[in-house]
This record gives sequence, C-alpha cells and structure tokens, in this order.
Amino acid sequence: MVNILWGVLIIIGITYGLLSGNIGAINDEVITSAAKGLDMILEILPILVLWMGLMKIAEDSGLLKKIAEWFYPLLSKLFPSLPKQSPALGYIASNIAVNMMGLGSAATPFGLKAMKAMQEINKKKDEASEAMITFLVLNTSGVTLIPTTVISLRMLNKSSNPTEIILPSILATLIASIGGLTLDYIIRKRRRKT
Amino acid sequence: MSKISIVIIPLIVLSIIIYGYSKKINIYDSFLEGAKEGLLATFNIFPPMIAMVFAINIFLKSDFIEFALGFLSPFLKFLNLPLEILPMALLRPISGTSTLVIMNELFVIHGPDSLIGRLASVIQGCTDTTFYVMSLYFGSIKVLKTKYALKVGLFADLCGIIASFIIVRLFF
Repeated sequence: MVNILWGVLIIIGITYGLLSGNIGAINDEVITSAAKGLDMILEILPILVLWMGLMKIAEDSGLLKKIAEWFYPLLSKLFPSLPKQSPALGYIASNIAVNMMGLGSAATPFGLKAMKAMQEINKKKDEASEAMITFLVLNTSGVTLIPTTVISLRMLNKSSNPTEIILPSILATLIASIGGLTLDYIIRKRRRKT
Repeated sequence: MSKISIVIIPLIVLSIIIYGYSKKINIYDSFLEGAKEGLLATFNIFPPMIAMVFAINIFLKSDFIEFALGFLSPFLKFLNLPLEILPMALLRPISGTSTLVIMNELFVIHGPDSLIGRLASVIQGCTDTTFYVMSLYFGSIKVLKTKYALKVGLFADLCGIIASFIIVRLFF
C-alpha cells in the first residue's frame, strides 16, 4: 500500500502542477527536497544516538524487564504474539509511557528498539509482523496525555486557557486508538481464518 | 503542568544511571554500544526519510489539496463545519510540521479560543503523523512489506479527526 501511495503522491503532485501552471514550485521541490530530508535526519540523529545509548544501560541493567513486567497484564492482551521474556514489551511500555507525557522525540528511540526486538522474533524478515502493526497503530494514533507543543503554541497566541484542550484531546486520541486497534483486531482475526 | 514535563526527562536519565550502578554493570560500555546502534538506526532511516519527504513535498507544493477542498466544501457546509479546518484534517496523517504551521496560522487569524482554534488544537493533539512514523519505524528494520499497517493507521487518524469534530462541539 505504501508502494501505491508513494507513487500516487508524486504523480498527482507533478500532474496537477503541470495543469495548474505551478510547475516552477514543483521543480524547486524536486531539487531541494532531499536536502530537507537530510535536515530532518540530522535533527533526530543526535537524539537517537544519545537515547539509544541510555536505553542500552536500562536494558543491560534489567530495568527494562522490570518495566515490562509491570505492564505485562495489559500488554499481553494487546500483543498476544510476543513472549513474556521478550525485551520488546519493555521497549513498547517505555515508548507508550514517554509518548503519553507528550515527549514525542524522546519516545522515538524506544519505538525503534521495540521494532528491532520484534524483528528478531519475526519469521518473515521483510514482512511486518502482527505485533509490529499493532504497535504502529498505538503510535500513530498518538496516545498523548499532555500535548505539549499544542499547549505552548496556544500560550504564545495568548489563549485565556491554554490547557482547556487537554481533556478533549485525550478523548479524541483514545477514540483514534480504539478505532485503530479494533480494525487491527478484525483484520488479524480474518487473516487467521483464511 | 510544564514543570512536570521539565523534570521528567532528567529524572528518567537519573534513574537509568542509578539503576545501572546498583546492578554493577559497565554503564559507560553499555552506553557506547547502544549509541552505536542509534547511529546504525539513523543510517537505515535515511533512505525512507528522503523518499517520503520527496513525495510529500511535491504533493504539498502542487496545491492539489486546495483543489480537492473545492469539491469537499459543500459537504462540509452541510455538516456545519468550518472550512478553514479542512486542510489540517487532510494533512494531519501526511505531515506533522505543515499542520503545526497551519494550526499556528489559525490561532493568529481566529484566536486559540475560537471554535476553529480549539478544533485545530484537538486535531493536532489527537493523532501522530502516520506516514512519518511508518517510514521511520519500518525503515529502521528494513521491512518493506507493511501489509495492512497503513490502512489501519489511516483509519485510526480518521476516527480521531471525526471524534475531534464531535467532542469539541460537545465540550465548548
């Protein structure tokens, strides 16, 4: 599906640019977009190196296993295919916990470690496993308790109550997660049958 | 609220270090080993990141979104929803930075405490950028066949955005 979508974005962009006479802007984009991608990579590179280093300490010392044990009752229901001793559960728990605090960039390294741990027990290495997709749904629906960026921008724009959107945001994010997890569950069940 | 967020990260770092000492492991060696993995992970993310930024930026720059909005506007009017919010709702799964910019613009024009301002806040907060997370996470482990992941991720986004519309109406 990403294969299709990636191509479709480019085809629509260039075709519409040609039709609307906006092709100059597209031309600039073709030339400069790779540099923008590099900028993004350079932005996350130091964060990843630092936090993956710190997390290795947490893994080697057994702290991660402890965290995984606390959350195991809940996580085992969401990820039935992951064995209890898998370090993936610890990373998943840490990723979700940090994400909930609204610290997205600090959560990414945990997420990448979780993916790596799930890949180690994945049977088909080039294919996404069920656990990976469930984890991805949890991540993209962004279980955030404190949307820090939104609140700070509201403050900057002189909102009389910058934090009033916290509860509505939590509810909306919950519904997004529940919706995603439900579809994920239905697809998994259907795939088992066939 | 912000005070809590300020201490969280330092506290996480502190507890990792202290716990490592208490278990008598070589924390410095562990750190270096993990940091190297971080370097490798970034290396793996690089190609999918370039690919995604390329496609998304071409799409955004073509102004196709504005063209598509023309067709959707009668439908939105029928639902009594503000038109201004639509670009945000459509772009949310594709690009986090561009929706952040749009949100800020909406705050400046309509104020953060208006219906549009609140809607923008909740939409921004309710989901993460599906495309970005997908290319990042699957790219890092070189998984190319993502199966039904995108479908489920986008469905979650849709649920979140529809829920935002309803919840903001009910709350304020």
